[in-house]
This record gives sequence, C-alpha cells and structure tokens, in this order.
Amino acid sequence: MTAAAPAKLSNLGNFTARVVGIGALVLFLLVAEILIQTGAISRFIVPPPSEIIGSFYRIITQEHVFSRFLLTAGECLTAGVMITVFGIAGGVLMHRFKLLQQACETWVAAMASAPVVLMYPLFMVIFGRNVWTIIMMGFVAALPPVILKTIEGIAGTRKVLVNVGRSFNLSPAQQFWKILFPAALPTIFVGVRLGLIFALINIVGVEFLINYGGLGQLIEDLAERYDLGGTYAAICFVILVSVLFFMALEKAERWLRPVD
Amino acid sequence: MPAAGSPSDDAILVVDDIVVRYETAEGPITAVDDVSFKVRPGEFLSVIGPSGCGKSTLFNVIGGLLSHHQGVVSVAGETISGPHQSIGMVFQEESTFPWRTVIDNVAFPLELVGMARAKRAERAHYFIALVGLAGFENRYPGELSGGMRQRVSLARTLASEPKILLMDEPFAALDEQTRLLLGDKVLQIQQQLKQTTLLITHNITEAVQMSDRILVMTYRPGKTKRIVDIDLPRPRTSEVVSSVAFGRYVAEIWSDLREEASRGMQDEESYVLHHDGTAS
Ligand SMILES: Nc1ncnc2c1ncn2[C@@H]1O[C@H](COP(=O)(O)OP(=O)(O)O)[C@@H](O)[C@H]1O
Ligand SMILES: [Mg+2]
Repeated sequence: MTAAAPAKLSNLGNFTARVVGIGALVLFLLVAEILIQTGAISRFIVPPPSEIIGSFYRIITQEHVFSRFLLTAGECLTAGVMITVFGIAGGVLMHRFKLLQQACETWVAAMASAPVVLMYPLFMVIFGRNVWTIIMMGFVAALPPVILKTIEGIAGTRKVLVNVGRSFNLSPAQQFWKILFPAALPTIFVGVRLGLIFALINIVGVEFLINYGGLGQLIEDLAERYDLGGTYAAICFVILVSVLFFMALEKAERWLRPVD
Repeated sequence: MPAAGSPSDDAILVVDDIVVRYETAEGPITAVDDVSFKVRPGEFLSVIGPSGCGKSTLFNVIGGLLSHHQGVVSVAGETISGPHQSIGMVFQEESTFPWRTVIDNVAFPLELVGMARAKRAERAHYFIALVGLAGFENRYPGELSGGMRQRVSLARTLASEPKILLMDEPFAALDEQTRLLLGDKVLQIQQQLKQTTLLITHNITEAVQMSDRILVMTYRPGKTKRIVDIDLPRPRTSEVVSSVAFGRYVAEIWSDLREEASRGMQDEESYVLHHDGTAS
C-alpha cells in the first residue's frame, strides 16, 4: 500500500500536468482569437485560430497533404538511414584512429552548431533542384550529432567492462562487437534521435527554400497565394507531425533498451 | 623461499618477486614491492591489506592486465604474458553486461569458445543455479540487486571453468549480511568445484572465514608482511565467525594490519595537509 501511494500520486501529477499543458494551449488560442477579432492584431498578419482550424479540412482535401507528408517522410527516412550508417561508421573510425579524431572532432562539433541550411545554393548546384538536394541537406545537417554521440558512447564504456573483455582474451574485433559497441548503443541512439530531428527540421526548411517537394513547399505555395489560413494550418500540421515524430522516437528508444 | 610458507612443488600458481612502480605527479611510487607466493591446487588463499597497499595492482598483474611490472607469474609452470585462460577474474566494480540477460551474461565465455546454443544454455543454467540465481535467467542486471549482480559476475567467470579463480574485493560494495551470505556461497562453490581461489580483500572476517592461508601485505611499499595458516575445520559456513579460534585469528591479523592501516591513514592525512587546495 505504501509502495502504491507515491505511484498513484505521480499518476495524478501526470494527469494534472497534462490538463494544465492543454489548458494553457487552449487559453493561448483563445486570447489570440480575441486579440485578432477585436483588431488588436491585424488579421492580415495572423489569421484568427478559428480560421486556421477551419482551413485544416481545406488543405487536407485540396492540397494533397498526405502525399506531401509521405514525400517528406520518405526524405527523412532516407536521410535517417544515411546518418545512421555514415554517422556510426564515422564515429567508430574516429574513435579507432586517434589522429583522425584529433583532426576532425572540433570541425564536426562546429558543424553541429552551424546553420548548415544556408549552404543550400551550393547543394542545388551539385545535385540540382530535386529530392537529393533536400535529402543531402538533411543528411549533412544531421550527421554531426550521430558522429559525436558515437564517439562519446564508445569512449565512455566503463573501464571494468573493457577489462572483463581483456580477461576473457577477446580479439580486438570481439572487444568491439561484444563490448564497446553494445555498451555505446544507448548513447548512439540519443545521437540518432537528435540527428533525425535535425534532419526533419532541415528537410522541411529546404523544401520551403527551394520550393520543391513535400510539406515545406506546401507552406511556401500557400504563402505565395496569400492563403494565410492555409499557410498557418500547414505550419501547424508540420509542428504536429514533428511532435508526434519526436514522441514516437522517444518510445522507440525506450523500447530498444529494456533496462539499463 | 621463506615468504611462500610451506608450498609443495606442485603449486599451480607461482607469483615471483613482483615489483610494480607507478609514475605520478609526485614522483614514482612503488605500489607492489617484491611480493612472492605460491598457490596449491584446490587451495583458498587470501591477500589482505589496507586500501591503497597495492592489492588491485597485484590482481591486475596476476590477471595479465598489467605489463609494466618486474617479476614473473606462472600458471602450471607456464610464464604468463597477458590474460591467461586458466585464470578467471572477478572484478571489484560492477561488471555485468547491462545489455545481456543473466543467462546471456553467464553464457558469454561459452559463446566465445563457440559452444552450441543448447549446450551453452544448459551449462549457463548450471552455473546460475550454483550461485543461487535459478529463476532469474531472463532478467537484466538492471533489475537485480548489487549482490545478485556480483553473483552473475561470479557465475560468468566460473562458466569459463578457470583453473584459478581470482577475485578482487568482490563483496566490497555489499552490506555486511549480504557479504556473509555470499561468502557462504563462495565457500560452498569452492568446495564443490575444488576451485583454486585467490581472494583479494581488505576484510579480515571475510579472509579468515574462507581461507586456508592469508597473506598480509604492508602499506607502501606493498610487501609481504606475513603468511598465516588458518587452521579451522571445513566445511565452513559463516557460523564459524562466532568460534573462539576464529576470534584469535582475527585478532592476530588485525594486530598485523593495524600498523599498516594507520600508516596508510597518516599518509593520506599528510597528503591532504601538504596538498591542501593545490592538489590537482
Ligand atoms: N594507474 C595508476 N597510476 C598511478 N598510481 C596508481 C595507479 N593505480 C594505482 N596507483 C597507486 O598505487 C597504489 C596501490 O593502488 P591499488 O593497487 O589500487 O591499491 P588497493 O587495491 O590495495 O587499494 C595506490 O597508492 C594508488 O594510488
Ligand atoms: Mg583495490
């Protein structure tokens, strides 16, 4: 009974937190609605929330949101596979060859915090105005966290686990596959999760900038047409997708590592 | 060799004149100085000393994890130069693989020698039962207590069927009750398997409870102070701790150790005084 009490309390806390969270959002929308309806904020800059919500149906039925969503998702998935493969391989190589790590780690870290998206004209020149520009842009922007987290995970393997491997006379390859890599996996997952989020942000951004592809282009399109309700509805849709994506990744991560 | 007590020539482990120095910011220190002893097959030998006297260093030398030492370690007449398959190590720190279940942890050394899956599971089950963890096969270490995890490590090492079981303070992180009960378990296993065991510890009760002989180390440099024969009846359990003879052995070893331990403490205190605030 005593053990169940705190659990119950935290359930209740969770529930309250969720209600407060949603309540705050509703309140925000309500205040925005009032401010816009009364003219305190110009409706030519921000359409009232009621109009945005009304536009949802329109963009879903008339603007092929779902096929656009699938296109963007496909681009993200491709970039995701690429960052996983190249990021982990890069991290492993940099851990293995200290010279490479000393030479590159600072650059990779710098790239992780740089607005790589500004390089899109260069990518356009190299890949043309097609999905590969978008995918490569996402790939380049999302690669650094995977590399850095891979290095961090491998280097952070507890010394005693390495010693257990040595005491069992493991070959260097066994030492890597049976000890270092599984020990680093949780940290690598964090890197891949961060990378996927970076990829999504940059992919939608580039779609918008080069007016090509999925959801990003839709926003650009609607804005060009001065369809404000539609533009904001599309933005909300992207935010919703990102949030759901983020939550799914967190779940997947927890599912992949049963216990520490 | 006077230091080695009265070993017969059939010693399975010979540790000869081991010297280990470390270079530190304060200059070189001699962690282990001239330690020699022999272990007979089936014997339970403990090495005891205050913390910082070089026990773990000695453990790493015997396990082949350290290579900058002088002196020779040989197993069944063969000089070792690196980790040797006849020596199974149990570490002081938590060393289970958190990404493997209990059974996969224990089967690890069997996997390495390429044993078939079914056979592997059967052997692993045997050692899991031996350390008293039957029923926990499919748990992850994260779901177990510290004492249970340490038993998983022990089972994993035993599964490689080492000729010599080498343990570095395996119970140091556990509470007293768990430590005593786990000590019983180790004793029982050691007798059942006739396992040659070298236990490194700073705990006098533990050493007297389990050992045939105890090597007492001095503090800095870590030398052999004395080797004590423990003449208590076997089979033993933790109940032996209440006997009179047991108390005598404990008192005897404590009087040896007290000097060393207090020297160790003074050393640490003076270190703190002289490096207060400036120590790196
Ligand atoms: N890698 C190392 N570098 C420098 N000094 C060390 C190193 N390892 C241990 N020492 C020193 O050697 C001495 C013995 O250490 P250790 O073997 O760990 O002792 P114990 O296990 O008995 O507590 C200690 O004074 C410790 O500070
Ligand atoms: Mg130690």
